[in-house]
Amino acid sequence: MPVLEGLSFTVSPGEILVLRGPNGVGKTTLLRTLARLQPPYAGTVEAAPDAVAYAAHADGLKATLTVTENLAFWAGVYGGHDIAPALRDFNLEALRDRPAGNLSAGQKRRLGLARLMVTGRPVWVLDEPTVSLDVASVELFAKAVKAHVDGGGAAVIATHIHLGFEETVFDVTPYKARHDVIRNDFDESFL
Amino acid sequence: MIRLFWRDITLAFRSGGGFGLGLGFFLILVTLVPFGVGPNGEMLSAIAPGILWVGALLACLLSLDRIFALDFEDGSLDLLATAPIPLEGVVAMKAFAHWITTGLPLVIAAPALGLLLHLDSAAYRWLIVTLLIGTPALSFIGAFGAALTVGLKRGGLLLSLLVLPLYIPTLIFGAEVVRRGAGGFLVGTPLAMQAGITAGAVALLPFAAAAAIRVALR
Amino acid sequence: MAINWNAFWEWANPRKFMWWTDRALPYFAVLAAVIFTSGLVWGFFFTPDDYRQGATVKIFYIHVPSAMMAINIWAMMLVASLIWIVRRHHVSALAAKSAAAIGMTMTLIALFTGAIWGKPMWGTYWEWDPRLTSFLILLLFYLGYMALWEAIDNPDTAADLTSVLCLVGSVFAILSRYAVLFWNQGLHQGASLSMDAEENVADVYWYPALVAIVGFVLLFVTLVLLRTRTEIRARRLHALEMRERAQQ
Repeated sequence: MPVLEGLSFTVSPGEILVLRGPNGVGKTTLLRTLARLQPPYAGTVEAAPDAVAYAAHADGLKATLTVTENLAFWAGVYGGHDIAPALRDFNLEALRDRPAGNLSAGQKRRLGLARLMVTGRPVWVLDEPTVSLDVASVELFAKAVKAHVDGGGAAVIATHIHLGFEETVFDVTPYKARHDVIRNDFDESFL
Repeated sequence: MIRLFWRDITLAFRSGGGFGLGLGFFLILVTLVPFGVGPNGEMLSAIAPGILWVGALLACLLSLDRIFALDFEDGSLDLLATAPIPLEGVVAMKAFAHWITTGLPLVIAAPALGLLLHLDSAAYRWLIVTLLIGTPALSFIGAFGAALTVGLKRGGLLLSLLVLPLYIPTLIFGAEVVRRGAGGFLVGTPLAMQAGITAGAVALLPFAAAAAIRVALR
Repeated sequence: MAINWNAFWEWANPRKFMWWTDRALPYFAVLAAVIFTSGLVWGFFFTPDDYRQGATVKIFYIHVPSAMMAINIWAMMLVASLIWIVRRHHVSALAAKSAAAIGMTMTLIALFTGAIWGKPMWGTYWEWDPRLTSFLILLLFYLGYMALWEAIDNPDTAADLTSVLCLVGSVFAILSRYAVLFWNQGLHQGASLSMDAEENVADVYWYPALVAIVGFVLLFVTLVLLRTRTEIRARRLHALEMRERAQQ
């Protein structure tokens, strides 16, 4: 069933778009749609599928692989980018040979976000990236995002905190789907 | 895609990866059968082809839900679905890795277990050949079943219910080859049928499984 | 003759489906009851006993139609699944779901009557005969299919995944059939009814059997329409609940 309707936005290179809105309004659904994990009910996503790198609550880390192995795997999948800058920018160099299972929640999160850097993709689509990060780590993350967009990338971020950079804020609350309109939807067509 | 294959192999061999569980299960099953049916050598020799094949099949089943469920839980499957490799390739690589870590050890261990069951000496060759040809089908059919149940909470038991009926043709032809081999008959027809099933499963089921995963991630 | 296919698909719109089934169902039900009963009564009481099998042969009037339905219902589910995949007709998916339980029951009836018939004929209730075995396998396919429907909460996802299972399952069901034939040649008598007149049973048995088969088909149509209507109502309820929750 539709959760958001009538919304439209563009993100240009060098821009950071922050999505806001209360819990359950449909930010995650919107981001998953941008990442092509689910089809939109109507409308289009114009970003090419191979332009988007997606990161959500689950980091996709394997507990028994080391930090380097985890990162190298994703780098390999995305075409063999260098993992050294990602390790450096997220301050993971000292942890590089630790199994991911031994990391703290915040360290895991940093590793999950470092993965974005090895994808080499221009558009980062991030769902609550700062969960379980401490102040210093949030700064590291903000710096990485800044560096990414300064290099011509773009980012769409759903977050509740201020990351301290110039950003376009897009509140999705007004686009909450109204359910008094009958749609040609699976459930609705039964009414 | 090769990287995915090596990652799955590495994960299986690291602690908690479940490598060897299937093998252990196979050994226990074959040990239990004589306790159930009695130590009569002739009887064991008669049922050995069937027991070995059923055992291999159940051992394979044991680790099927790991193929996708773990990656689903930790978010890897989402990331793989958005990665620049086709999901069909992901399925094929993961099923292949499952075969290397589960099916192949069974093939290697089966002759030793055949010894325990007094398998006819003429049948060993065919036991190895048929398991080698048949177990990839078990992994690929299993991967399809695992893809159907990937997002489900009580997926494990359902997976067995879905996959075991699909295993029937492979089992029939596999055990038939060994039985015929033991009796000194020609094995060409069932062997060819089994090879056909494996080829079909390897070629086509990744597409069905990938379709199921896309639906489950939606 | 030109067929307006769009008008044809219109009948599968949930609202329209409810409208026409509401009117057609009583006729189907009465017709099914009459033909089903007359076929069985004719078969049971007004046919001579077989010279070799005696009165036991009369279980044939349940065994053969139910066995035919067991296979044909799976085929109908396959068609309905394909329609769902290609055209995403919601009623189609629900019809496949509704048919599965009926098909499973038919398979069970065929197996039970086969066992009861087998005892006097072969001296055993169960024989690993290729036909009986194939029906046992078919029963497993039905069980798996129904279990998958039950396990998935989202009806759209469930329809998609069960359709894929039905497609792949059909291929494996046929494979199993040949594998089983290969595995055991069996002692089952050949097909009871075939186009080849030489092999057919005598006309005295054949006509009531035909009536019984038509009765079983009508019974199935009635039940599947009834069950599909129930499924549609359940979806309607679900949709209303979802809407209510969304408005809060």
